[in-house]
Amino acid sequence: MSRQAPLGAPVIAARGLERVFEMGGTEVRALRGVDLTVERGEMLAVMGTSGSGKSTLMNILGCLDRSTAGSYVLDGVSVEGLNKNQLADIRNQRLGFVFQGFNLLPRTSALENVELPLLYDRSGRDMDTKALAAAALERVGLAERMDHDPSELSGGQQQRVAIARALVTKPSLVLADEPTGNLDTETTMEIMALFQELNAEGVTLLIVTHEPEISHYTQRIVELRDGRIIHDHPVAERGDAATDLLERRSLEPVGAP
Amino acid sequence: MTLGNLISVAGASIVKNKMRTVLTMLGIIIGVSAVIVMVAIGAGAQGQIERQIQNLGTNMLVVTPGSTASGGVSLGGQSGSGLTVEDAEMLASQSFLLSGVSPVISTFAQAVGGTGNWRAPIYGVAVDYQTIRDWDVVQGEFFDETDVRTIRREVVLGSTVAENLFPDGDAVGQQLRLRDVPLTIVGVLETKGQTAEGSDQDDVILVPYTTVQNRLAGRQFVSQILASAYSSEDVPAAQAEIQAILRDSHGLAPNEADDFTVRDQGELADAAQETTQVMTLLLAAIASISLLVGGIGIMNIMLVSVTERTREIGLRLALGAYGSDVMKQFLVESVVMSLGGGLTGVAIGYASSQAIASFTGWSTAVSVPTVILALGFAGVVGVFFGLYPARRAAALDPIEALRYE
Repeated sequence: MSRQAPLGAPVIAARGLERVFEMGGTEVRALRGVDLTVERGEMLAVMGTSGSGKSTLMNILGCLDRSTAGSYVLDGVSVEGLNKNQLADIRNQRLGFVFQGFNLLPRTSALENVELPLLYDRSGRDMDTKALAAAALERVGLAERMDHDPSELSGGQQQRVAIARALVTKPSLVLADEPTGNLDTETTMEIMALFQELNAEGVTLLIVTHEPEISHYTQRIVELRDGRIIHDHPVAERGDAATDLLERRSLEPVGAP
Repeated sequence: MTLGNLISVAGASIVKNKMRTVLTMLGIIIGVSAVIVMVAIGAGAQGQIERQIQNLGTNMLVVTPGSTASGGVSLGGQSGSGLTVEDAEMLASQSFLLSGVSPVISTFAQAVGGTGNWRAPIYGVAVDYQTIRDWDVVQGEFFDETDVRTIRREVVLGSTVAENLFPDGDAVGQQLRLRDVPLTIVGVLETKGQTAEGSDQDDVILVPYTTVQNRLAGRQFVSQILASAYSSEDVPAAQAEIQAILRDSHGLAPNEADDFTVRDQGELADAAQETTQVMTLLLAAIASISLLVGGIGIMNIMLVSVTERTREIGLRLALGAYGSDVMKQFLVESVVMSLGGGLTGVAIGYASSQAIASFTGWSTAVSVPTVILALGFAGVVGVFFGLYPARRAAALDPIEALRYE
């Protein structure tokens, strides 16, 4: 399989995704037929209350889980029928993950955290993993903090490290699961500004969130309820996180609670 | 992930939990050092026993007259026709498996010379007697073949006799009279000490057997013929050979019982071997128990570690690690721990056996095969007891693992 899908092909092409869990003899239908197409360079938010199926969808799109029915083509590669290790390779090569809880390895430097996915690369590419990791950290504005442990970094900085880790493999798609859930308002804006910047540079971003403030920084909102997409619409007035951040800082004196 | 990466990840994890790692390794450390010390002491003890057996003579065979039993009826110790010097000469000339043969003609006489007189057993022996008994001469020299052939009046003294008659230590060259026959002292034997039964081996006077036969009067008889095989493996065959030659020389019919007895040092050797075997068994038991306990400790800690690092495992799987990568990671960690414990154990074991050697004077010996074996065992324990936790880690579902609190 080629590393890059033909130009113009969607990054995500999912048809009729269903996911049924067996729980104590009863069937729980978490997804009941989801169609979703995401083009290259899009930045979209997947919204929904808890139990809407958005985490299940995210796991399937992230190749961590498999759908019970339906088809999913990621970056031109049909994912059904791939075994565990092939899925691991897909995750490693084509996907970047950003989690709510950052999920950085403790007592491991930022640089080594970012390097981690490159150590599991099996493509046989010749690469300088340290240099790539350093470049990714530089991209998220943490060039000065490469040697710091996560415990020495603020929440926002930790999430930046996590974003650098998601970017370091140059994935086709970055999946962010409630990326600002553990952050305060200002740091949330900083992270969203970074996401918008990255998107402007061509990174395809899918953000799972339940906060409308987050979603209005994206281009498109997909809303789930009871395992079905109930709304799929572009954002009418897309906010600019960098501008909002400046505005907010000018309103509040520095150092105020 | 390369092996280097795996080892550095394992090393980092081990260093992060220093106290826990040390306590976990303690089981292996104790197990391995116990093995090293026990083997060292065992080897020392075995060396001691071997030296004691050696002291009696090298691969020695003793032929004594008389049959012990015939069809269940004992005929008594000296009931046979006896042994002769010719028997010894025949053995020396006809055997292939014997490195030395010597008759022992026993007689008693008052030895007069030096400061007074002394009564000691007199043995008329051949030159080979010295090598068979592995008995060094500390002063002068042993008589040689020419002395025996030419019936020289020469004598070699055991150290007890030499000390009693010549307390000044100037025995060699002096005269000694046995039954009024003057003999020249040519050598003094080194001190051998007591036999296992408590008789003094050094209270002895050795004379060429030809001299005893031809110069000394009085009752004399060939009390035994000593012989030695080329190697300890040859002893049973040599025994059979002696039997065949002597039966032939005594003209015994096939249905007749031997009129002599051939004994080797087998009983002692067997006893020594048994001791060593018991020691080895004991050792194996101690080793396996302590290594087992150590292994269980490692498994316990590895299970804790897997649980603690569930999220990390989930993350690694999400980032593209195969289950086999995760498994290798934990296996390497467990093996690094057990081998680290093994190496420490070897060091402690070596130091302890040196200390024991210097305190007790036993000759303890730490052998390379023991060290390799102990380390190999530690490694095997690491793999065996690390396997279950590692497999558990590898089988984790990434979604569940990432969500684990």
